[in-house]
Amino acid sequence: MPTPGRVVARGFGLRYATRQAWALSALDLVVEPGERVLVTGSSGSGKSTLLYAVGGLLDSDAVELTGELTVDGAAPRAARDRLGLLAQDPDSQLVMTLAGDDVAFGLENAGVPPVEIWPRVDAALDHVGFGYGRDRQTHELSGGEQQRLVLAGALVREPGLLLLDEPTSQLDPAGAALVRAAVGHAVADRSVTLLLVDHDATPWLPLVDRVVEILPGGGLVEHPRSWRPVSRATGLTFARSDGSGSALLSTAGAGFGYPRSVAPALVPTSVDLVGGRTTAVTGPNGSGKSTLGLLLAGLRAPGVGTVRASAALASGVRRGRCAPSRWSAAELVTRIGTVFQNPEHQFLTQRLGDELALGPLRSGVLAGRAREVAFGLLERLGLTAYAEANPFTLSGGQQRRLSVATALATSPQVLVLDEPTFGQDAGTWREVVRLLAELRTAGRALCLITHDRDLVNLLADDELALGADRTEVPA
Amino acid sequence: MSLVLRPAAQVRLSAINPVAQLVALGIVSVTLLTTLDIVTPTLVLLIELAMLPAAGIRSPIELFRRTWPLLLGATMVGVVNVLISEDAGPLVGLGLALRVISLALPGVLLVASTDPVRMADALTTHWRVSTRFAYGALAGLRLIPLLITEFATIRLARRTRGVDAGRNPFAAARLFAGAIFTLLVGAIRRGSRLATAMDARGFDSGIVRTNARGSVLRQRDWLYIAAALAVCGAATAASIAAGTWAPIFVGG
Repeated sequence: MPTPGRVVARGFGLRYATRQAWALSALDLVVEPGERVLVTGSSGSGKSTLLYAVGGLLDSDAVELTGELTVDGAAPRAARDRLGLLAQDPDSQLVMTLAGDDVAFGLENAGVPPVEIWPRVDAALDHVGFGYGRDRQTHELSGGEQQRLVLAGALVREPGLLLLDEPTSQLDPAGAALVRAAVGHAVADRSVTLLLVDHDATPWLPLVDRVVEILPGGGLVEHPRSWRPVSRATGLTFARSDGSGSALLSTAGAGFGYPRSVAPALVPTSVDLVGGRTTAVTGPNGSGKSTLGLLLAGLRAPGVGTVRASAALASGVRRGRCAPSRWSAAELVTRIGTVFQNPEHQFLTQRLGDELALGPLRSGVLAGRAREVAFGLLERLGLTAYAEANPFTLSGGQQRRLSVATALATSPQVLVLDEPTFGQDAGTWREVVRLLAELRTAGRALCLITHDRDLVNLLADDELALGADRTEVPA
Repeated sequence: MSLVLRPAAQVRLSAINPVAQLVALGIVSVTLLTTLDIVTPTLVLLIELAMLPAAGIRSPIELFRRTWPLLLGATMVGVVNVLISEDAGPLVGLGLALRVISLALPGVLLVASTDPVRMADALTTHWRVSTRFAYGALAGLRLIPLLITEFATIRLARRTRGVDAGRNPFAAARLFAGAIFTLLVGAIRRGSRLATAMDARGFDSGIVRTNARGSVLRQRDWLYIAAALAVCGAATAASIAAGTWAPIFVGG
């Protein structure tokens, strides 16, 4: 039986060599063997950095440390062979093509004799409730199943310390529940010390003994057992849209399939985007939500059915008239704004100011006017101080707000946003939601592709729920 | 040619250890690279074609799908040699093209019948290839289909910013280069996350790795190598007997 690890931090601080500010400072924390501790905090508070420091996984040349941080009384790196890690993205953690081989990987690295490996692999797969055999191909699994497999690969090494870094952040609600159930089962007998990082504390509360929060100014606070996070939606209410105006953009039986690809296809779907109304597109991963977004955004032409812009939206377009997929990029950008799931895919320049001015410039606006628009938006989003910064250096939450702002810069009447609240902490979440509500009030047609129930409850006037069985369920 | 890394289908040829297939590939390469005639590559090629069904390649369409870049290259080699060389007749050109194809087909057989994981197991077990290199490469190969999807997404994302090339080929080239750059930035980050995850599972522990699947050389692997030697020897002998053998180390 493995012995659970003990983590001690005293006056611990950490600074990345490339940054001026300390990522962590004045941290005091003791985690006793077998304890289950949730570390929470706003985005950019350094909670993931703490986790990787405890795991001894940071490049020692790239960081400067102060104070003390030990695992079982020694430097974290010395305890590395007693470590289990589950991070956010399963695709950045799986190594092998077959499920069993992937779990075996960590035992091979530990020099375990081959005859002992397979019984342990089977036991670990069983332990996390993995429902398939060893020879299941990893790329055929859903995100939640992949994360369970990664967890099995960590547990099979019988770690004394299990580190979880927002393990459900990239999953749909069903996948997240799968992972939480597996984690709960793994830590139930207290044979492993659990250190878990997540900005969304609520779903983990039944699983942990203690909750600590890293404060933005340094140090951390221990929450009492009765602590419950304030719901991010508290106090936010927005007037529903009363309008039943005419549709700006509609699909009629529009479907799409990718030839010879595992990417999700879309069954024929009909939806209207109306000015001043918000349409939420929901459903599990693989139901074709993002594909529908690409059709509405004029980025792909439908395989069957039609996507039609209203005459008002299409006025001034030179070719393609009512089919957005045939418009030029400059025509598209002033009519339909799109925000992708990963903001970095859309960044094209080296400075925030240039990034915001780019859309207006491409659509033919004069340089002076484009700069005015850009700086107006920077101020609106509280990013003026970063006008000269490179978009790639912003935090995840800032990048998301910037990508929304770039879509707004050309004042499109229709906005298609894929997971606009993804990865936001409570503070930035409220900012994004307020911004979207303002756009609706201003008469824009919004399409939100999202798993975020709070967002749907607050803002959606209509909901289109795409099913896993790929049938359309009208709201 | 499929770029998606997944376990290769089990075909008859999969029973041969990957290192035995690599040795056979070496024997064929040496045989064909040392002669410029047409008889040797033709005979070797006939045997290789006869082995295709054992690698699961049963229809000409399947063969063409896997080898079209190779066939194109071989044709170019033949045609160019005939065009630019004064003493190379069509027969020499044909010989050169056949040579390229028969040189490459053992590789096609290998790829069609070999799971990349088995290959890494065999190389690290029998040839002491560094485990860090072999399994690191496997983990990297797994990312290729993800990067292909990501590249498509990046190109679409540019259109949403009002940027397209229209009909200007220079703008198209610049956009392509920009998208590649964005892809690389993301790939490096993803790669370093993957490296961290692998190290967290002890990949850099310095302990001598064991192998759960193992890789065994059996009698049939030695027979396979012997058969490759026999085929190449016979083809060369036939060429010498026919008087066509033209070794390149004798004034070739």
